[in-house]
Amino acid sequence: MSPTEPSGAAHGAQGEPPDGPATLNLRLRVWRQDGPEAPGRFETYEAAGISPDASFLEMLDVLNERLTLDGQEPIVFESDCREGICGTCGLMIDGRAHGPQKGTATCQLHMRQFSDGDLITVEPWRAGAFEVIRDLAVDRTALDEIIAAGGYISVNVGAAPDANLVAVPKEAAECAFDAAACIGCGACVAACPNSAAQLFTAAKVQHLNLLPQGQPERWARTEAMVETMEQFFGSCTNHGECEEACPKEISIDFIAWTNRDYVRAKLKNRKLAGQS
Amino acid sequence: MIGSLDARLPEGPLEDAWTNRKFALRLVNPNNKRRFTVIVVGTGLAGASAAASLGELGYRVKAFTYHDSPRRAHSIAAQGGINAAKNYRNDGDSVYRLFYDTIKGGDYRSREANVYRLAETSLAIIDQAVAAGVPFAREYGGLLDNRSFGGAQVSRTFYARGQTGQQLLLGAYSALMRQVAAGAVDLHTRAEMLDLVVAEGRAAGVVVRDLLTGEVSAHAGDAVILATGGYSNVYYLSTNAMMCNVTAAWRAHRRGALFANPCYTQIHPTCIPAGDDFQSKLTLMSESLRNDGRIWVPRALDDTRPPERIPEAERDYYLEERYAAFGNLVPRDVASRNAKAVVDAGRGVGPLRNGVYLDFSDVLARDGADVVRTKYGNLFDMYERITGEDPYRAPMRIYPAVHYTMGGLWVDYNLMSNVPGLFVAGEANFSDHGANRLGASALMQGLADGYFIVPYTVGDYLAGRLGEAGPGTDHPSFAAAVSETDASIARWSAARGSRTVDWFHRELGRIVWDHCGMSRSAAGLAKALAEIPALREEFHADVCVPGSAATLNQSLEKAGRVDDFFELAELLARDALEREESCGGHFREEHQDAEGEARRNDDRFAHVAAWEWAGPATEPIRHREELEFQTVTPTVRSYK
Repeated sequence: MSPTEPSGAAHGAQGEPPDGPATLNLRLRVWRQDGPEAPGRFETYEAAGISPDASFLEMLDVLNERLTLDGQEPIVFESDCREGICGTCGLMIDGRAHGPQKGTATCQLHMRQFSDGDLITVEPWRAGAFEVIRDLAVDRTALDEIIAAGGYISVNVGAAPDANLVAVPKEAAECAFDAAACIGCGACVAACPNSAAQLFTAAKVQHLNLLPQGQPERWARTEAMVETMEQFFGSCTNHGECEEACPKEISIDFIAWTNRDYVRAKLKNRKLAGQS
Repeated sequence: MIGSLDARLPEGPLEDAWTNRKFALRLVNPNNKRRFTVIVVGTGLAGASAAASLGELGYRVKAFTYHDSPRRAHSIAAQGGINAAKNYRNDGDSVYRLFYDTIKGGDYRSREANVYRLAETSLAIIDQAVAAGVPFAREYGGLLDNRSFGGAQVSRTFYARGQTGQQLLLGAYSALMRQVAAGAVDLHTRAEMLDLVVAEGRAAGVVVRDLLTGEVSAHAGDAVILATGGYSNVYYLSTNAMMCNVTAAWRAHRRGALFANPCYTQIHPTCIPAGDDFQSKLTLMSESLRNDGRIWVPRALDDTRPPERIPEAERDYYLEERYAAFGNLVPRDVASRNAKAVVDAGRGVGPLRNGVYLDFSDVLARDGADVVRTKYGNLFDMYERITGEDPYRAPMRIYPAVHYTMGGLWVDYNLMSNVPGLFVAGEANFSDHGANRLGASALMQGLADGYFIVPYTVGDYLAGRLGEAGPGTDHPSFAAAVSETDASIARWSAARGSRTVDWFHRELGRIVWDHCGMSRSAAGLAKALAEIPALREEFHADVCVPGSAATLNQSLEKAGRVDDFFELAELLARDALEREESCGGHFREEHQDAEGEARRNDDRFAHVAAWEWAGPATEPIRHREELEFQTVTPTVRSYK
């Protein structure tokens, strides 16, 4: 079908009567935990009369308003931009990081993906490096540690040459961009049976390693970031669950390239050591 | 009581003004820099770039963010791009032209010297960002690509797919993390500033609450930089992130910092229309879509036919008809007001009749779906995820939404507020956009302030403080600020009324949107000024804040923020009422010409309104800073 061909089906939502489609009645099994040291448990809640046009987080907002008015404490979950770009949100929904829709962060998941009567299980990211703070909120500062170890190009403000001085092949720029699209949500870690952070780390390493500007620090960066990652996270055994869960659909090819760079970094740095 | 407002504008011709000022600014020698502590609140584009730059220079920096990581600041959401007068396209751009476009776009309500400096600094920003690894779009030859954006007639916008803000923030964040690793910046995450400490007439530190433990602590610094963003969420529904708030800026205002032009708010024309009451925020669809999409509504009232059944002759392409020269690319304020006019007239589309069509069928027929996908694929996907409708087959529905606030804390040319030692950067200040911000200019301003202006001007301030030990946290002003903060938290966490914080925020948003939104009138603003304090009283008496203050408690966080929004909303309405003219994003119904175009009043209102806090339930004091135009002549902004 050509893109401009009129299609009645595509206008379904617009053609609806003003009262809109039927609402959903759902049951939610939600992980509740008062603090990092406290034991956790599942609680079951009814979420009735939910619009299919609501986002998953708006559905939780509605539930939280009801809990508050019932004298209960609302469920703690984190979100900010609600446009799928800041990486703050992230829930395990029925055992899948960010839920059933591929390439979609939790905040962009809408209730039309679910059916009336569904029982939905909602959990926080599960990983040793991501301590549960409360309910569905976890601590992801280990990801910042990896960046602090070398996820930058050392260029002081004021020292930069003209932006067009160095040409970057379009293909390299595009590939670096594919890696740079990582939003740091941690879904890759949550989805991995080993709680490895290889996809996150590889995306950050390759974003810079693929660019001419990133070459001077390429080997030191790779070594430092990979080894910092290993202090916090498990090891990659090529399950590929990370790529499947990634809301930005970042390719695991970056992991292979980073492994290659890491081996070369070890050789390069040994050579440097021999020269000193 | 504040004396006269001195903007400390530079002398001499605009072209040399910033160079001369930089030479006049005093320096702090490298050994002395490490004696000074600079506090930076907010780690978005402006805050992260300022903290990183100051760290590189050798100052001791303490940076605070309420996020779990600096990378999450709402700068990430800017889609379209960043302007710079590089003239890489040989199409006649120059620093002067960017200056001219920006001051005209701001409807002649900004300072010439500030805007010129912004245009001048734009060049170095692109260099810095590219060197830091920001993956801007490139041509096949490997050089940077540019596009025309937001109605500009030259191609000066640098972009990174639809994620320019995200990529620029990652650049600034990586520079910041490098300084964190080097020990130059002490980064405090999940720490929300709740008060500014003013001691001996100067900004001396901040009071912050640890969002995980609830612990309230005081931090002393020789200078304080606020880079805490804008206040669009006073409308409840806006394109801002859920946590964006005015609290840091507002608490500084209550401590004496002037708040300038709060009524200058920007309504972005291309957002997805609101759904129902559950709607928590609005989503922007990049303005770049207006380059190819055609905006229309049915000519007939109450036409409920699906769009493809409405023949060409019965469609009203109202922007193209009314503004022959700019068509669908008129500035944001003009596009927004026109959308409101057709929807108010009963010609809105969609289930709630609250949108207009943005139709891509022409470009799809001309260039094919693949070309369109390359340009706008991520935006089309996002639209489909949110609405469940496929924009390759049916036109998008869009409607204006609050997006950016040009108003903010008053600052002089050095970006220092009237409180000595308190600097304000990025969207949190009022400095460069006048009454309307042009597309792709917000990222430019945030980075100009953070990378290239504040590092110089803070140094000048500190040079004057050499040998004078600032008041430490043992000064009584710190204890007083901490105990006021404690008392306020205790009051909120004891609130067990019958309505949620969000309920009050939504109701407040409705009042502000209805009366201080795209179009404002004396009667509506007077109504808002009556309704806001009444609702605020109800908020204090009847809000429910469950849970304890000694733990992560999101209701408690929101309660304090919403309380500040109430006070700001009142000031916004008051400012809008006093400004009896239409300019940029501020449209007063009483001040329009026969065709409904905005009518400015330069004789009475070519000034900045800077408001002084006079205490709770007391009328604030309006100060004026006259705007003088020596290089450009204010004219009627016409896009016909």
